[in-house]
Amino acid sequence: MKRLILVATLLALFSCGQQQSTSTDASAPDEAVGGGQSTVQDNTSEPDVVHVAVGSPDHTTLVTALKGAEYVDVLSNAGPFTVFAPTNAAFDKLPAGTVEGLLKPESKDALRNILEYHVYVGVIKEDFIQDGMTLNQVNLDNVTLNKKDGKITVNGANVLGVVKASNGIVYIIDAVLLPPEKK
Amino acid sequence: MKTRTTIFKMLALLIGTAAVFSSCKPKGPADVAMGDAASKVYVAPGKYDEFYNIVSGGFNGQIAVYGIPSGRLFKILPVFSVFPESGYGYSEETKPMLNTSHGFVPWDDLHHIALSTTKGEHDGRWIFANGNNTPRVARVSFKSFRTEEILEIPNSGGNHSSPFITENTEYLVAGTRFSIPMDNKDVPISSYKENFKGSISFVKIDPVNGHMNIAFQLRTPGFNYDLSRAGKGPSHGWFFFSCYNTEQAYTLLEVNASQKDKDFIMAVNWKKAEEYIAQGKGKTEKVRYAHNTYDDKTHSATSKMENEVLVLDVSEFPDIVYFIPCAKSPHGCDVDPTGEYIVGSGKLAAMMPVFSFTKIQNAIANKDYEGDFNGIPVIKYEAALHGEVKKPGLGPLHTEFDEKGNAYTSMFVSSEIVKWNVKTLEILDRVPTYYSIGHLSVPGGPTAKPHGKYVIAYNKITKDRYLPTGPELSQSAQLYDISGDKMRLLLDFPTVGEPHYAEAIPASMITPTSTKIYKIEENEHQYAAKGEAQAKVERKGNEIHVYMTAIRSHLTPDNIEGVRLGDEVFFHVTNLEQDWDVPHGFAIKGAANAEILIMPGETQTLKWKPLTTGVVPFYCTDFCSALHQEMSGYIRISPAGSNTPLKFSTGKIEGQP
Repeated sequence: MKRLILVATLLALFSCGQQQSTSTDASAPDEAVGGGQSTVQDNTSEPDVVHVAVGSPDHTTLVTALKGAEYVDVLSNAGPFTVFAPTNAAFDKLPAGTVEGLLKPESKDALRNILEYHVYVGVIKEDFIQDGMTLNQVNLDNVTLNKKDGKITVNGANVLGVVKASNGIVYIIDAVLLPPEKK
Repeated sequence: MKTRTTIFKMLALLIGTAAVFSSCKPKGPADVAMGDAASKVYVAPGKYDEFYNIVSGGFNGQIAVYGIPSGRLFKILPVFSVFPESGYGYSEETKPMLNTSHGFVPWDDLHHIALSTTKGEHDGRWIFANGNNTPRVARVSFKSFRTEEILEIPNSGGNHSSPFITENTEYLVAGTRFSIPMDNKDVPISSYKENFKGSISFVKIDPVNGHMNIAFQLRTPGFNYDLSRAGKGPSHGWFFFSCYNTEQAYTLLEVNASQKDKDFIMAVNWKKAEEYIAQGKGKTEKVRYAHNTYDDKTHSATSKMENEVLVLDVSEFPDIVYFIPCAKSPHGCDVDPTGEYIVGSGKLAAMMPVFSFTKIQNAIANKDYEGDFNGIPVIKYEAALHGEVKKPGLGPLHTEFDEKGNAYTSMFVSSEIVKWNVKTLEILDRVPTYYSIGHLSVPGGPTAKPHGKYVIAYNKITKDRYLPTGPELSQSAQLYDISGDKMRLLLDFPTVGEPHYAEAIPASMITPTSTKIYKIEENEHQYAAKGEAQAKVERKGNEIHVYMTAIRSHLTPDNIEGVRLGDEVFFHVTNLEQDWDVPHGFAIKGAANAEILIMPGETQTLKWKPLTTGVVPFYCTDFCSALHQEMSGYIRISPAGSNTPLKFSTGKIEGQP
């Protein structure tokens, strides 16, 4: 009984409406089914970059930001992507109130711009990184990668770990990358 | 036991919960209420679709023909690939269609469709298609829905920016995707900048019979030529090409060809190039390429090897070509129906530049250049720019147009179609596609007079959209109604191969002239038997030629003797029917090639080499009548050197006169 309650609670917590309908009722109203690619139910394939972030307890802020910017489906697509994923601690280093401000609906474009500054279309494996190499990110600004004694940094942020995903590669970093000010 | 069951149930619930969790995580596009969608795509039994959808098949080397709005598949039309279903590429008559300078190449990667136009509008004459791999272009008849001509493109590393056509189908272009060292030169790959060149072929189309010939080639700087469109109306006489890898990288293009903020749209003044050619300024180069044509009187293809091409090096003629900077690795390069606006889709950019033909002309007149690339003027970005579509979505690829001044751009990475106004550049609507759209098509979308009504998405990823069929899934197309202000998803339909570009044309332009039969009296095939009285078997050395007829429900002859091991047997089968939709087929046991289908009035040949002695059956493969199962015969194979007399018959019973 206790377990059942737990399950019910979990359901209540996580269920926000099944998007895929498999109705075979011919009298059902015409209804197109459409969630983005992030809604594909697939527990067999290797996790994509979104699932890597969702599965990491250190990236809850990033996941919240991706959802806020409606960027989850984008990163669930074929890509391929190189994603620089700041940890919760990295977000905590920002001035107080920054994250909350970015999550406001009116800041969606600014938030997206920042997130897009963390994404490169293409897979840059660690071996390919050369000291001083630049990447032109999805928001059209460049980041600079450095590699010294095997230690990789991006715009000075330290790479804490690298996770390969089905549609790209995730570099876990210890600072949020902020796009250069527009002139 | 009960406890175990409960645990299993709980586990199942937990797994289900996890699935629900992952499914609601994104705030993705919600279910779309459809209302009367079913009635909008329903074509009642016996009724016709409004449009033909002519869809490229990508790696299957074919074109598929669907009806719109129903999404029903009507025909798979082999172009660059063999097709055992009909015998295309297997019959003696069709084999030469797939001949190239590399020999017989039985497949290709067919990417783009161009329907012939007159004054920029569909005229319903021909379908053109490109072979991206072994560079080729093809012409298909809209009367017979058959491939009539295939022309190989020399000096090309892969024919991607093709087969786009000019306003009156004067020319079709074939731009190389990969730059290569010309003349099969053996050079280090690292000498790319020095030795690798691009090549754009202008293929002249005969206005009467559609025959294709390479009029001239432009030798261009070494980078990748992706897509193109001809100008129309005021910009008729010009062609626009998207170029990527202007970095001139030759390895890991994924990184090295994405370094620059901007690549180029290349504007080509082809009328100017024509003038130089007329003045004799083209240089003749020795090359080898196959030119294959199919004749529907002889029902046979011939392949001719050509050996010369005229080349204009654009670095020597600075008023043919101009570069316009365009954001990051442009893919689509699409010209709107008025001919004034050219849309560049930087597939890695977060905005799309729209260029103005008038401004480009003014910039050229005023020499408003920011510099040059290998001596070719680079027009200042702002001088050519009409404006930018800001944040249209991610991964813009291709743009089609409607008749109301709107554009529809496919966004691969963000998986959506974005509708925007060409003049104001304002984004009007966006709809998700499932998933990761590549090309898209509005009926008449690339012409001066779009028919509008629908946009069709050709998606690259299917995943969970259909019942699963193992790891390999069919590609998914989606039909949207664009008659209102907002786009509405109406239908998913599966497609064969991997559609790249497609066009749609009103059925009323095609159906009146569709071929029903080939007239038997016009059959000029050298082995035709235009009546059962002409059926015969002849020996020419070790070749046995069977002049066979097929009519409901027998083959003539149906008894053949006197064939010896070591012989090659050619079954030349003429279908004597003169009745619409009564093809016959022909197959023989152990045939190492295929069966063949023979349309009414046509002759097709299956070559067969017997490997053992004995009596071998042959039969009609296409169910033609109530006595189809009776439509068969035997051929007797005797040992090499035997003296079994050559004889043939139908209906003759031994011992009877």
